[in-house]
Amino acid sequence: MADGNGVLIVGEFQDGAIASVTGELLGVGRKLADSLGEELSAVFLGHNIAEEAKGAFAQGADKVYVADAPILEQYQPESYATILERMCTESPPNVVVVGVTYVGRDLAPRLACKLRTGLAMDCTELKIDGGALIATRPVFGGKALADVDCGPIKPAMASVRIKSQEALEPDASRQGEVIMVDATVDLDQAKTRVVDNVLVEAEGVKLEDARIVVGGGRGLGSTDNWKKLEELAADLSGAVGSTRGACDEGYCSMDTQLGITSKSVAPELYLAVGISGASQHMSGVTFSKHIMAINRDADAPIFRHSECGVVGRWEDVLPAFHAKVKELMAD
Amino acid sequence: MKFLVFVKQIPDPDIPPNQFRIDPQTNNVIPPSGSSPAVSTYDELAVEATLRLRDELGGEITVISLCNNPVMNVIKKPLAMGSDELILLQDQAFEGGDAYTTARVLAAAANKVGDYDMILTGRQAGDWDNGQVGSYLAEMLGIPCIINIGALEVRDGKIRGDRTIRDGREIVEAPLPALVTAGDEVGVARYPRLRDIMAAGRKQAEVWNAQDLGLDPSTIGDAGALTKVQRLYVEEKVSECEFIEGESPAEMGVNLALKLRELRII
Ligand SMILES: Cc1cc2nc3c(=O)[nH]c(=O)nc-3n(C[C@H](O)[C@H](O)[C@H](O)COP(=O)(O)OP(=O)(O)OC[C@H]3O[C@@H](n4cnc5c(N)ncnc54)[C@H](O)[C@@H]3O)c2cc1C
Ligand SMILES: Nc1ncnc2c1ncn2[C@@H]1O[C@H](COP(=O)(O)O)[C@@H](O)[C@H]1O
Repeated sequence: MADGNGVLIVGEFQDGAIASVTGELLGVGRKLADSLGEELSAVFLGHNIAEEAKGAFAQGADKVYVADAPILEQYQPESYATILERMCTESPPNVVVVGVTYVGRDLAPRLACKLRTGLAMDCTELKIDGGALIATRPVFGGKALADVDCGPIKPAMASVRIKSQEALEPDASRQGEVIMVDATVDLDQAKTRVVDNVLVEAEGVKLEDARIVVGGGRGLGSTDNWKKLEELAADLSGAVGSTRGACDEGYCSMDTQLGITSKSVAPELYLAVGISGASQHMSGVTFSKHIMAINRDADAPIFRHSECGVVGRWEDVLPAFHAKVKELMAD
Repeated sequence: MKFLVFVKQIPDPDIPPNQFRIDPQTNNVIPPSGSSPAVSTYDELAVEATLRLRDELGGEITVISLCNNPVMNVIKKPLAMGSDELILLQDQAFEGGDAYTTARVLAAAANKVGDYDMILTGRQAGDWDNGQVGSYLAEMLGIPCIINIGALEVRDGKIRGDRTIRDGREIVEAPLPALVTAGDEVGVARYPRLRDIMAAGRKQAEVWNAQDLGLDPSTIGDAGALTKVQRLYVEEKVSECEFIEGESPAEMGVNLALKLRELRII
């Protein structure tokens, strides 16, 4: 960004490696940078991460920046925002893109407000039109789309939904040097802090990475029934996702919820069981390759989103389905 | 404790997708006849979370809404739920704004009220689904912000909130005054009682305009907005569903499994 332009994506790590969402950001970032005819940079904040951060070159970055300090090891809102603000003020990129993760949802608005610049949140498509960043985002709970002009102030900002963008094929021949950025922060400003966490070790396949996701809704009817979905998902080498309806009923834990305000997944198959198909829920699964549903109500909106479906009570359909799946997979 | 809660009136979030219409000239939603606007879902949860804190700690709750066309029985719902007073921010100059200009107006209102200990907003308004105004407001007021919380607790001048993260939950703490945004984790908002709805109906809302707030019109509404909606539209989705046939539900289940094999999903 030596000439004060380019596209900057904010990278994240997951389990010690570059997060898959960061690969997706590099993918869309590359596209934007190419249409601007400018460079693509990635910045990572953390501690002892410079080596891992180099992986961003292979995924499309021209430059990689790292802010390294012990306090940055975990996401610390004020510190992260301050460092990025400084970086974007000293040499403003044209565009900054952040992922809609637990970090990005918090970080993007903080940074945009500090920079007094336009930000479009939770976008599913980004493009450059006449030099401006135009972002497409689902609105009204996914019932409509809006094209938003992110404005003339540099950097224009957008956050993009997980799984909405394609990562590039890694190219190991792309190499470069990591540039260290000023990571000094005023520790007194670090006002919010995490005092405790309860991590749920997902058994089996992680929801975000699963090739097959079995989604359960309020129609499951009980916590005991929920176990049947879990068994099915395990036999499919998949994971279980849920709706707000199911979470409200207490059938499952909140971190399995899919939708506009929760997680997005893009599996090969999303099988919705006892789910009505509200737009807010479907928003989180639209990028699935195949969507199928089991619902007792032939008029349930879920069938409008599905490529095939079974009208019936899941209690009657699922056992035979499960048994047949096992049989077929054993072949 | 002095609490401020910010709530937005939005078109009914439960309008079915097939009845969802947009006026392409104005980029406004045309609600189906008979549908009434609502307090945005998460804002009701923000009110609920505030009421729980107030019931425990005591204090006053002021509800503030920027709304040029309030439906009174809707916007007074937070009063009926148990809040103490309502301030409406109204001015033609607010029209055409975005998250940034909205937060500017709300920040001016918070400063005019003054002396707050806690501010609550929803995590995102159910119309534009931005999820920005809460964070902006905290940033403009220079107070800490915790987003998407569920249970809240105040201890030794600090607020603690718990929220869902990728692989579980975490508890975040910040010194007061602070802003938190309410997420699903709050649970279910209480229903107002009829008696309280009647009492809320009799309460007068205070109304402030841009001048009352000392806001320069060039910094708010359309004039101050940093982003512009170019186009709002409904995407035509044509997903023809193939209904799996069978003599019995069990046979349909078997045929569904065969379909997965045919598509090489399993
Ligand atoms: C601002 C906002 C944000 C939201 N964000 C999200 C979000 O991120 N994620 C989310 O999921 N929701 C979200 N929602 C909620 C969403 O609108 C729906 O209310 C929710 O997704 C419904 O969950 P459900 O399909 O499980 O329940 P329901 O709508 O109650 O549907 C249950 C379905 O099960 C079927 N059924 C019942 N019994 C059986 C049976 N025995 N066999 C087969 N089928 C059966 C019924 O026919 C019905 O279709 C949000 C709402 C708002 C307003
Ligand atoms: N016009 C408004 N009046 C009062 N509060 C608002 C308004 N717009 C947004 N808010 C608050 O800010 C939160 C986030 O809004 P948004 O960034 O628009 O998704 C909402 O849930 C409300 O609590």
